[in-house]
Amino acid sequence: MNKEHSLNKKTDYTGSKQGMWMFLFTELLLFTGMFLLYSVFRSRYQQEFHAASSELSRTIGTLNTVILLTSSLTMALSVNAIRKDKNKISLIFQGLTVFFGLFFLANKFFEWSAKIHHGIYPNSPGLLAHGKGETMFYGLYYLMTGIHGLHVLAGIVLLLIMMVLTKKGSLNSDSFVRLENSGLYWHLVDVIWVYLFPVFYLIS
Amino acid sequence: MTGAQREMSFYESGNGHTGILSWVLSTDHKRIGLLYLFSMFSFFFVAVILGLLMRLELIAPGPSIMTAESYNAMFTVHGVIMIFLFIIPGIPAGLGNFMLPLQIGARDMAFPRINLMSWWFYMTGAIVIIVSLFTGGGPPDTGWTFYVPYSIRTGTNVTLAVFGVFLLGISSTLTGLNLVTTIHRLRAPGLKWFRMPLFVWSLYATGWVQILATPVLGITLLLLMMERLFGFGFFDPARGGDPLLFEHLFWIYSHPAVYIMILPAMGIVTEIIPVFARRTIFGYKAIAFSSLSIASVGYLVWGHHMFTSGMSDISRVIFSFLTFIVAVPSGIKVFNWIASMYKGSIKLSSPLLFTVSFIFLFSLGGLTGLIIGALATNIFVHGTYFIVAHFHYMMFGGTAFAFFAGIHYWFPKIFGKMYREKPAITSCIVLFAGFNVLYFPMFILGLEGMPRRYYDYLPRFHTGHLISTVGSWILAAGLMIMFYNLIRSIFIGEVAGSNPWGGSTLEWTTSSPPPHENFTEIPVVTEGPYRFRK
Repeated sequence: MNKEHSLNKKTDYTGSKQGMWMFLFTELLLFTGMFLLYSVFRSRYQQEFHAASSELSRTIGTLNTVILLTSSLTMALSVNAIRKDKNKISLIFQGLTVFFGLFFLANKFFEWSAKIHHGIYPNSPGLLAHGKGETMFYGLYYLMTGIHGLHVLAGIVLLLIMMVLTKKGSLNSDSFVRLENSGLYWHLVDVIWVYLFPVFYLIS
Repeated sequence: MTGAQREMSFYESGNGHTGILSWVLSTDHKRIGLLYLFSMFSFFFVAVILGLLMRLELIAPGPSIMTAESYNAMFTVHGVIMIFLFIIPGIPAGLGNFMLPLQIGARDMAFPRINLMSWWFYMTGAIVIIVSLFTGGGPPDTGWTFYVPYSIRTGTNVTLAVFGVFLLGISSTLTGLNLVTTIHRLRAPGLKWFRMPLFVWSLYATGWVQILATPVLGITLLLLMMERLFGFGFFDPARGGDPLLFEHLFWIYSHPAVYIMILPAMGIVTEIIPVFARRTIFGYKAIAFSSLSIASVGYLVWGHHMFTSGMSDISRVIFSFLTFIVAVPSGIKVFNWIASMYKGSIKLSSPLLFTVSFIFLFSLGGLTGLIIGALATNIFVHGTYFIVAHFHYMMFGGTAFAFFAGIHYWFPKIFGKMYREKPAITSCIVLFAGFNVLYFPMFILGLEGMPRRYYDYLPRFHTGHLISTVGSWILAAGLMIMFYNLIRSIFIGEVAGSNPWGGSTLEWTTSSPPPHENFTEIPVVTEGPYRFRK
């Protein structure tokens, strides 16, 4: 398969980037469906959304926002480093990005666990007792942060692969489009969080 | 495939693997296209048999051969297979995959490995759907639209089937991404945008619809699965949700999806007409732009599936108006096709015969679509056989007939062999006759008030149902003749030259079947398509 592939053509840098941007667009549309649900339910249950939002921990939310934004910085720095032939530095920045990603997920884990501990999770008697609006709010909260979390996880796996490739030397200043595309993906996941944070944590 | 300098075709030149592995691990767009074609037609046959059994059940009032439960499962599985496993991947992933690089003078698609991956997603999705039929609570019985609340409450194996369709969605998105990038990046030197064959234009529009619509289906199906597994309640009014939201999300994808099905079909028709009328296409740019405008306006009409579901009058009027607008570019195409044939030296070979059948059936389907798109008449025929008839005129009479036309047209290129013309013509005539006998009575049944998806009916509908069932047998006979003729010719057909039809697009300049990387030398294009010598 590899032999056949290498025959095809030299790597098309612009083509790869274009394909990646279109893929990111599909990801965005996936989240658009959920944001659509959010806007419908928020306009229907304004009061309840405000009340439910005040029960989320703004501290953890803010902390996670800072973590993800920083991880985007380290991601960009790692691409920058590999362009300048500094593979080791790039590797360190990739590792840092992975670390921030895991840090984010750990926070999310504790946040979710605390809520679940209080009996607030989809279909739980505790949540249903809170009424329709809060059921929708927490439903969306678990759904959207959950799917976002899965995307962070996917990004981490992607970056771990990139680290192996960088170490092997197959990513370098001549061929770094795969790292750049992984970076684009990481930034997208970050941007989605930038929208998730206010719509869940800052509306009370 | 003639002469001493005949090149090794892609069937013969190896790719490091042998036997079945040389297919399922190949990144060659031609092999992947064939993988798609063969897997799709296998599923197509299963769904045809389900359809025949349904028609047989409806031959007379009262139970005939199956229970009401199995009837529900059958129309669901028939729909799921036909829509998601056959007609959506159909032309873009099958013929499109095979022909696109050949038509633009490229060696392969832009992302050969993603291309292979999309086939694997397709197969995995298909297997998951098949598994869902025999495990858990049995085959899903919700209809292919998976409408809530029933799809959340039914005990049948909806979760797994929906997961299968989700995987098919990923496959379709990847195909679209590949089509668009390939057209942007890999056109041969000199092949400017307005020199591209119109099939390529239609694939371009299709690719964008696949990219921009399929993710919405993804999230809709994901929500349905989550709903069944965790009970979020988004679609359950008792918990604050709203079932209408599901319908909106579903049709935001599924309406553009009908353009994934029909646009490439229109592209095939546009390829065939000039070749067999020996004239250049009439209104090249109009056809190219009408593909793009169908693709873009097609996003904004999903509400016409929900006229009776509960929407404000204003939105219904807007959706109805846009539905009429989207019919305009299709009309433009039909007139252009007819005008292209005018005063041409027409040779009515089997590809053109299928194409002309397409134009007739598609026009009938399109015009009845306007009856459904108008608010007043919609309320009268909504949920009746009229919808079923319209839908099959578009999807079977439209897309599938054009698909068959394309298979006949490109058969010599794909296999290097020629099929026998007489059985091909016969099969087309039998198919056309059987199709109309099968589906035309449904228009009348629908106007008389026969509801769709019903297992049983009042005696006064008997005649229509009986005629329709007889039509299904004629149609099946047509399919058998056609596939027998084609499959036989793969093995013992006469050798076809590289350009048996005298086509003028790039795929006819290379040998049949094409060599491993399509062209020995990348062609240079100096003029637009469809130029024929007098």
